[in-house]
Amino acid sequence: MHTKSLTELAADLASGAVSSTELTQAYLDRIAALDSRYNSFITTTPEIALAQAKAADEARAAGQAGAYTGLPIAHKDLFCTEGVRTSCGSKMLDNFESPYDATVVAKFKAAGAVMLGKTNMDEFAMGSSNESSFYGASRNPWDTDRVPGGSSGGSAAAVAARLTPAATGSDTGGSIRQPAALCGITGIKPTYGRVSRYGMVAYASSLDQGGPMAQSAEDCALMLNVMAGFDKMDSTSSQRDIEDYSAKLNESISGLRIGVPKEYMSDDLDPQIAERVQAGIKELEKLGASVREISLPRTRMSIPAYYIIAPAEASSNLSRFDGVRYGHRCENPEDLMDLYTRTRKEGFGAEVKRRIMVGTYALCAGYYDAYYNKAQQIRRLIQQDFLAAFNEVDLILGPTTPHPAFKIGAKNNDPVSMYMEDIFTLSLNLAGLPGMSVPCGTVEGLPVGMQLIGNYFDEARLLNVAHQFQQVTDWHKQTPAGI
Amino acid sequence: MSLDRSDVERIAYLARLAIDEQDIPQYTENLSSILQLVDEMQAIDTTGVEPLAHPLDGEQRLRADEVSEMNQREQLQSVAPATEEGLFLVPKVIE
Repeated sequence: MHTKSLTELAADLASGAVSSTELTQAYLDRIAALDSRYNSFITTTPEIALAQAKAADEARAAGQAGAYTGLPIAHKDLFCTEGVRTSCGSKMLDNFESPYDATVVAKFKAAGAVMLGKTNMDEFAMGSSNESSFYGASRNPWDTDRVPGGSSGGSAAAVAARLTPAATGSDTGGSIRQPAALCGITGIKPTYGRVSRYGMVAYASSLDQGGPMAQSAEDCALMLNVMAGFDKMDSTSSQRDIEDYSAKLNESISGLRIGVPKEYMSDDLDPQIAERVQAGIKELEKLGASVREISLPRTRMSIPAYYIIAPAEASSNLSRFDGVRYGHRCENPEDLMDLYTRTRKEGFGAEVKRRIMVGTYALCAGYYDAYYNKAQQIRRLIQQDFLAAFNEVDLILGPTTPHPAFKIGAKNNDPVSMYMEDIFTLSLNLAGLPGMSVPCGTVEGLPVGMQLIGNYFDEARLLNVAHQFQQVTDWHKQTPAGI
Repeated sequence: MSLDRSDVERIAYLARLAIDEQDIPQYTENLSSILQLVDEMQAIDTTGVEPLAHPLDGEQRLRADEVSEMNQREQLQSVAPATEEGLFLVPKVIE
């Protein structure tokens, strides 16, 4: 049962082949038996899950089941969950039981979903490997000596190990797409503002976006139908109408114009990944798409621009962790300054401190124009490159990551080399565009992903193209050995 | 841009982060290498380019000035480290 997709499980629930209670117990048993290998969950919530499953079965019996009723979900541990620890992977919030639900969490509850638990992540979503988690790194189910990617690494590992059929993630610079690629699953980062940020612990507010992670595009569509939509509690939430993201999955992609940026198929890219992406492009051509080379000349500049904008916003957002209102507080503070500085020293890990300090520096009087303003100008240029490309093509395609999953510890002392892993994903967040990662092969036994980039609010098209690709390939169905 | 020890100490103070003496060299090295990376931006001519603060150039929505939520002080303070009579307790600030 655990290898079935979310869509298949939905059909089994609808036909009565299985009850939500049976399904939920099976996943809870799997997590209890196997997660010590992967460390993909920070918190499991079996009592809540079984109560929600019982309620879902009762709703179904009463004829009140919706599309997600009784289906499991695991939430990345930065989505606030009422009465359940929301740690954000940090010691700072190890003792924090949120007094309210994030909008995404509330929407899944209202849809009748069953919460299995909260997944592991890089501390405050800052990282590309999951190694900055206070709870220890999550491990890649394809090779447990390797990272699952980050920051939504626990969500990706849990789906890849089939400990849950679906998990939420968040993506500030690639944090849904990169771990999805490294773990061989499908994930979509929607357009900025499509999914509410309310109750997501903030990292970089102008870049953060929540989204689905699951086995397939079809499953992601089912999830996005629950997650997306305007929320008055999020000041940058889009008021644009949402679509039925499942409705266009089966449409033909004949005539689709795809652009492949030459800057993505470059020397930075592992040649074996380039081959897998080329093979993926061939499949889409067979389905009737036309492919041409395009240029996104400022791709490389997304790294410095991102590593100013994100830390600057983080240094401001994380100033709220002061030991006064919630979260960690140091013992016996001598005075208010000691309370602040010692609480923050004890509560934050090394990467979070680095980013806070970079951001603080970039926002200092005298440096603002040289760093923050400059980065925001480059951000405009990056957006213009994409908009020019979308005059010529319907969709942009390339690799998700330059390399497959690396060994745990390999990049620990070299933050800059870790940052370079994000080269193909960062620019979408700067521009606010939707993107997804779709499994397109393996390199030496490790999965790699193909990235699809859409124009603003073109999620349904991305899901359609990915679904059509997944009708003629089976990379998304492959699992690590022994699953 | 390369930082020295006093830069790191000043940034840490501004960020209200205590750092251990023995960690300062590592921070200095890491932050300097990050700033070298971001200095690549200076090679791009951005004269006259309008900064992009929000991907969709969104404007702040306004709402009617009406009561929309009830007081949730007790619930929200239930997670605070120290409170008394609805107030957050901190070390003495004013002598």
